[in-house]
Amino acid sequence: MTPSSSPDRAANAAGSEPTAASAAGRVGLSLGQRISVAVGVLILLGVCFGFLKGAQPTLQTSINGLVTGSYLALAAVGLTFIYGILRLINFAQGDFLTFGAYMALLMNVFVHVDIVISLLFACLATAVLAMVLELGIWGPLRRRGAGSLELILSTIGLAYVIRYSIQFVAGPDLQQLRVNDISFYRLPDGVTIGRTIALTTIASYALLLLIGVLLRYTQLGKQMRAMADNLELAETSGLNTRRLIVLVWAFGGALAGLAGVFYVASTGGFDPTFGFTLLLPLFAAILVGGAGDPYGALAGGVVLGLAEEWSTLFISPAWQLVVGFVVLILVLLVRPQGIFAPAARI
Amino acid sequence: MTTLATLASLVSLIGGTQFWINVGLLAAIFGIFTVGLQLNVGYTGLYNFAQAGFMAVGAYAMALLVLKAHLSFWLALPIAAGVSVCFALVVGIPSLRLRGDYFAIASIAFSETILYAIQNASFTGGEEGLLGYTTSWQTLSTRMMSALGLPSQDFLVPILIVSWAIFLLVVAFVWLLTKTPWGRVLRAIREDEDACRALGKRVVVYKLQSLSVAAILASIAGYLLALDLGYLSPEEFTPDNTFIAFTMLLVGGLGSFAGVVVGAVFIEVILETTRNVIDIPLSDSHLAALRFIVVGAVLVVIVLLRPQGLLGKRDEMRFRR
Repeated sequence: MTPSSSPDRAANAAGSEPTAASAAGRVGLSLGQRISVAVGVLILLGVCFGFLKGAQPTLQTSINGLVTGSYLALAAVGLTFIYGILRLINFAQGDFLTFGAYMALLMNVFVHVDIVISLLFACLATAVLAMVLELGIWGPLRRRGAGSLELILSTIGLAYVIRYSIQFVAGPDLQQLRVNDISFYRLPDGVTIGRTIALTTIASYALLLLIGVLLRYTQLGKQMRAMADNLELAETSGLNTRRLIVLVWAFGGALAGLAGVFYVASTGGFDPTFGFTLLLPLFAAILVGGAGDPYGALAGGVVLGLAEEWSTLFISPAWQLVVGFVVLILVLLVRPQGIFAPAARI
Repeated sequence: MTTLATLASLVSLIGGTQFWINVGLLAAIFGIFTVGLQLNVGYTGLYNFAQAGFMAVGAYAMALLVLKAHLSFWLALPIAAGVSVCFALVVGIPSLRLRGDYFAIASIAFSETILYAIQNASFTGGEEGLLGYTTSWQTLSTRMMSALGLPSQDFLVPILIVSWAIFLLVVAFVWLLTKTPWGRVLRAIREDEDACRALGKRVVVYKLQSLSVAAILASIAGYLLALDLGYLSPEEFTPDNTFIAFTMLLVGGLGSFAGVVVGAVFIEVILETTRNVIDIPLSDSHLAALRFIVVGAVLVVIVLLRPQGLLGKRDEMRFRR
């Protein structure tokens, strides 16, 4: 019941090469094993629901869940990374998504640029926003020795400034990107998926795979994970942590911007508060995967998406957000270290 | 005396009596709300972001007990506070045994979820809200008005008096609580949880007690808001309330109860004058957005420049890791 797990973390990291200190090594199972277990359990659940509620609704909700999960996973990576490295809970993460979506809107609808270029612009703009906030506010706060309450309150304050600045400029009304929201693909058994949704989802999963590979095999990815594992140790091993932290912010910001654009491209109308309402499933996703573990966040996002959509097989879709909260409380009760990790003190 | 007279004329110049009665009322209501935060954040080191949720639970439970269970209003008050404490335990028991950050996440998630549930459930009236739970209070209010000989347009004066009386009582009561051995344990937990545990104190139990007191105070604030509005609607109970209360807390300073009074009055005056009185040439939606930009910016600036709050004492009450 100690409030900090740093001794165990340090012991683990000290046993291995710091740059190679992998999150998977810390939690006992190899990455491959964890992926197979997670996929296996989800498929098993899907089959159970199929028998209980019929194949067609189960397939449709599974596809919807994988769609929602892909955006949540993209947005959760940055959130969990920053938490792992800095112990900073970024309450402004949801508003990063909003920011990305409105940047794309600006380019796509008001400047009349192609959606793909608007998307790239949105990623870049959100990455820059995250970097500016790190360099201008969070970095100086940390160096002054600010506690976690100060950091949390600063992110809440910034969340308000971002959200309502957007509302001030763009207004509170619903907006829409210029994307094809009419065509859809017919899959067997009467299951359908919109064309844009299919494209963004496939792109998301390709990207999630790429992120996983980059984190695991590139020098930069290893350095980032080493920092998340033990910041002091990474620093004493000669890593330029100050520069790397800014890079992690840019990385997480770009992914959040991307997730925001993908989300609004698939759901249609959006307003300046949509990002904030995604914050709860995002928190639930990173806790499911174990806070601070980027691979866990990827898996947690997908699990949350499936949980929210599968819940509609049994209860009214109006209660989806409550499902996120129930998952969050259950994880905290049963496995606060995340569902993949072995017993640990948090 | 002359300055007082100028102040009085200035006050009547901007807004009029009704306006200032309303400001005073909201300051007292959110002051009670913020006293709970002060106990949690300033004295126990708990990052409670669920306060708006507890307020919603208290107010809705009271209204539902009166409207659906046909309980007497006076009996509904303590029961609704009890319901609010139950919800505090639901959030607190899984998350308070973990690191402080987890409680912050669970509590904001709770606050969002409660709002969402109220919007979607049928028994809460959904977006349309609830009406008609104020009869008992109206009787008392009318009796107070005739006793004080007030004209009928000052119908908010009785609740103003009651709110400020409760606010000051609550401030005194919680201030006294912090002077008891129980309050000293809370401060010890804030300073060093592990040391406290090593001394044999059951840290989680103390934290839950501190949270429960805050939930009760939030319920009281919820009842007063419910009586002030005369109806209940989900949009009055957004998590924004908690964040506005945090600005009140920081303006007043962590660990200072006088600061809560000052902060509550100060922030409410700013919020309400920018809403109604000062003629800013902007549309309503622009103004609403601007107000929240200011709330956010005030939070960031205070954290950057004076983390102990404007009236807080740096040595005794600084933020803890």
